[in-house]
Amino acid sequence: MRGLLRQIWNTKGLARWILLVGAIVTVVFVLFALFAPWIAPFDFNQTRDAAGVKFEKLASPGSGHLLGTNDQFYDICSRVVWGARTALEVVLLSVVLSVVIGVPLGLVSGFLGGWVDRVLVFVMDAIYTVPYLLLAIIFAFMLNDRIGSGIVAAALSLVAIYIPQYFRVVRNTTVSAREATYVEAARAIGARPTTIMRKYLFGNVVQSVPVIGTLNAADAVGTLAALGFLGLGIQPNEASEWGYDLSRALDDAQAGVWWPALWPGLAIVLLITGLTLVGEGLNETLNPALRRRRLLPVRFTPREKVDAT
Amino acid sequence: MSSGSGSLSRYIAIRILLVIPMMWVLLTLVFFLLRVAPGDPVSAAFGGKLSEDALDVRRHNLGIDRPLIVQYLEYLGQVAHFDFGKTISDNRPVLDLVRDNGGATLTLTLGAFLFAIVVGLPLGRLAGRYRDSWGDIVIRIFGVLTYAAPIFWVGIMLVLLVVKLFPSWPTSGMASPITIFTVQPKTHILLLDAIFSGDGTAISDVLKHHVLPCFTLGLLLSGVIIRLVRVNVIQAMKGDYVEAARARGISERAVVRRHAFRNALVAVVTVIGLQVAATLAGAILTERTFNWPGLGTQLVKYILARDYIAVQGLVTFFALIVVLTSVTVDIINGLIDPRVRY
Amino acid sequence: MTDIVDERVDPVNMPGDVVLEARDLRVWYATDRGPVRAVDGVSFELHEGEILGLVGESGCGKSTLGRGLIGLLPEGSARDGELRFRGTDMLTLKPREQHAMRGRDLGMIFQEPLTRLNPLMRISEHFAETLKTHDKSISKAEIERRSLDVLRVMGIPPTRFHAYPHEFSGGMRQRLMIALTLVLRPPFVVADEPTTALDVLVEAQIIRILHDLRANYRTALLLITHNLGIIAEACDRVAVMYAGEIVEIGDAREVFSRPKHPYTRELLRSTISLRTTGLNFIEGAPPDLVEPPPGCHFHPRCPDAMKVCATRHPVEREHAGGSRAQCWAADFKDGLAADVPESERAPLNREEISVADEA
Repeated sequence: MRGLLRQIWNTKGLARWILLVGAIVTVVFVLFALFAPWIAPFDFNQTRDAAGVKFEKLASPGSGHLLGTNDQFYDICSRVVWGARTALEVVLLSVVLSVVIGVPLGLVSGFLGGWVDRVLVFVMDAIYTVPYLLLAIIFAFMLNDRIGSGIVAAALSLVAIYIPQYFRVVRNTTVSAREATYVEAARAIGARPTTIMRKYLFGNVVQSVPVIGTLNAADAVGTLAALGFLGLGIQPNEASEWGYDLSRALDDAQAGVWWPALWPGLAIVLLITGLTLVGEGLNETLNPALRRRRLLPVRFTPREKVDAT
Repeated sequence: MSSGSGSLSRYIAIRILLVIPMMWVLLTLVFFLLRVAPGDPVSAAFGGKLSEDALDVRRHNLGIDRPLIVQYLEYLGQVAHFDFGKTISDNRPVLDLVRDNGGATLTLTLGAFLFAIVVGLPLGRLAGRYRDSWGDIVIRIFGVLTYAAPIFWVGIMLVLLVVKLFPSWPTSGMASPITIFTVQPKTHILLLDAIFSGDGTAISDVLKHHVLPCFTLGLLLSGVIIRLVRVNVIQAMKGDYVEAARARGISERAVVRRHAFRNALVAVVTVIGLQVAATLAGAILTERTFNWPGLGTQLVKYILARDYIAVQGLVTFFALIVVLTSVTVDIINGLIDPRVRY
Repeated sequence: MTDIVDERVDPVNMPGDVVLEARDLRVWYATDRGPVRAVDGVSFELHEGEILGLVGESGCGKSTLGRGLIGLLPEGSARDGELRFRGTDMLTLKPREQHAMRGRDLGMIFQEPLTRLNPLMRISEHFAETLKTHDKSISKAEIERRSLDVLRVMGIPPTRFHAYPHEFSGGMRQRLMIALTLVLRPPFVVADEPTTALDVLVEAQIIRILHDLRANYRTALLLITHNLGIIAEACDRVAVMYAGEIVEIGDAREVFSRPKHPYTRELLRSTISLRTTGLNFIEGAPPDLVEPPPGCHFHPRCPDAMKVCATRHPVEREHAGGSRAQCWAADFKDGLAADVPESERAPLNREEISVADEA
């Protein structure tokens, strides 16, 4: 693990810039999420000021409300800041859950092989063919009636779409690593299956998890917003969610009112870009094969004079 | 070892046969996800609105008071006959929904796909061919942005732009009410119906309504296609046969076109099958953004009505479409790539 | 295989005019550490109908030299010196003119035939494309006639003309690649380890085909290989390459029977044959070509190394028997380097080398 960190620290060139910019953007959102109560001027579901006076509906940006208010009397600036907390909570929960379920499943399936592997691969492939959003919709729909429409329900809906991804990557890496000579050598000297799995395969496979994890996190932010936009996500009084706010902004946009739509959307774009950049930067760092070396130009040195007598 | 049609038809047959177990796994998944649950579809849809007796009657009429395994087998039997059940909330066959609203989704996705291919292929090829040039960097940034920006937000921003710049341009729906009223529904695809009616204003009205949604969805897809084409062109340019072609003095243009690009396209076609799923997801969101009367809008409507049978039917239909397109893509692949047939 | 050796002295096959001439040719690669001197000052000439074998360890610059002659180099590499094809220096031509010479004047046969044909194009399409590139007005019938002609020579039945590459075996694909190169009748062809990826029986067949080329087409062939047996069988002359330089070049029989350079000698000793009783190898590995050792590049591994070898680069000289070699030890043995003082001729102390390496 320390080797990994050092590797990241020692990144050079473009990969370093990508990683740096991505990290900065992501960290800003993490700060928003952590310190939302202090950064946001109001609560996410607050519609009256301290004196009990109701906010103006669709107030334009500026006086009193930095980014204006929306059609539900919410302060947009506060909703955007609080939305970071919701997004990161859901994303963290869903990525951790899918890693915890998907990685061991892929390891075991790839290592054992046989019919267990074949059945699992077939089922996962079938799930994989379903449009990811449709799958999330089904799960959100189903979970709505069981555990409501809070952060946990949203995270679980996302878990369903990411497990097959981890399963696939981990299983394929395991299968190819299992055939690798060093694993064969370990088996030849009599290492037990669990030792091989823990010491040789896990370390190998785990390399790819940070990259997929960050890229999935980026994807999850978009999917969560999509669910919210379709009215299947987190309800506005439970937490602030950017996608839901965008669905509220639809009619205002048709009327030419821009501020309720602009800011939550911009927040989504920035967070996804930040996470994607981190993922791509990690990818470039951890898979040196992808890296393109900078070539130094060839300059011929003058020839040494030698007399051929 | 013959390239005869025998091996190709065998390949196609095997590919089609594989659809059946795939579909079965999907159907089972959908059925049990939506149905094995505490509570039941009827109380979900009408709970609180009807008396307990009235709910029982509806349950009996729908047959959902029978054992689950019976319902499951019946569901499989129905799907085998292309019957996707009837909605609970308004008692319509799901197939009628597909007929009435499928056309809107079809013209939206086809228009978007067309746009994406016309824009994405040349740009992706350019970026891959002149890797790391300024053009490549700009094209790649465009690709990243189409990925990072949620399609519905892009749609809303475009609406705002159009509302400001061209206030008379339509930004919602598939046609003006007057057009819908005058055009005779024959094919249930509004664009075709308008064309068949021969009414110039109706045709231009429907076409105008298509521009913004198709463009929005097309932007998303073109980003995907650009990324795919670029990577595959770069890959193909490194191919040994490309170097060998250069060694025979084949011009650089011909090397890129006949050797690198053609091989890249085969790889792209293979993965484009997977993009059908992304297109469908994008279509659902685009429809909601532009109030487009397609299947995605219907799905959202029945989800909000908590109509399990309608959702189950529509999802089954979507899954069928995805599986069938992926098979079609594989078959097309078999036709253009001689190696696949083995 | 003795009949092949006999053919070599056949006066009908005597070498003709000079086709290709390299003078102090350098081919350097760009890397992130600076230029790799993969080919560093190489001179030789190649006559019509002649086969020159090029041998050496992996990483000594053989393939780079072969590609450098054709102009098929990776991005960031550069050529310098003189490279004359029938008198014109190709390095002074515009890139477009150089490109046009490929295929028509300069042919290339690659190491791995399996991936060298476009999988989506029929064999006939490969031939049509190649011929049309160099002769826009060529007719369809002419394309077919010329392609089938050369395919027949390669032993590919005309019925397979419209097949796809994947329908052929490895050996057949290499013959297809040769046919595709020869259909344009290039006067000069580079064959870069054409049999490495193939099995032994196919190897003999391909070598036979290449050997027959000069009788059929009067082609000048540069045959790159690390298999000395192939050189002995098929080549007129042989050039031995080490660390980007040709250290010895001469008549194949002369070089093999009386090697002048210690590297050639050691290379021959490490060849396995039926008479081999023990395995020989050359200690160490070829040097890093970003910073080659000073003096003679071979001196750190050379059993005959002298003091002068570590400081002064040897000069290429002609020795008795007609071979040319660059080696101080060989020079002294044959009494060619009179100007080097006696003190420089003391054997090189190995400890000095390691000290010099650390400095």
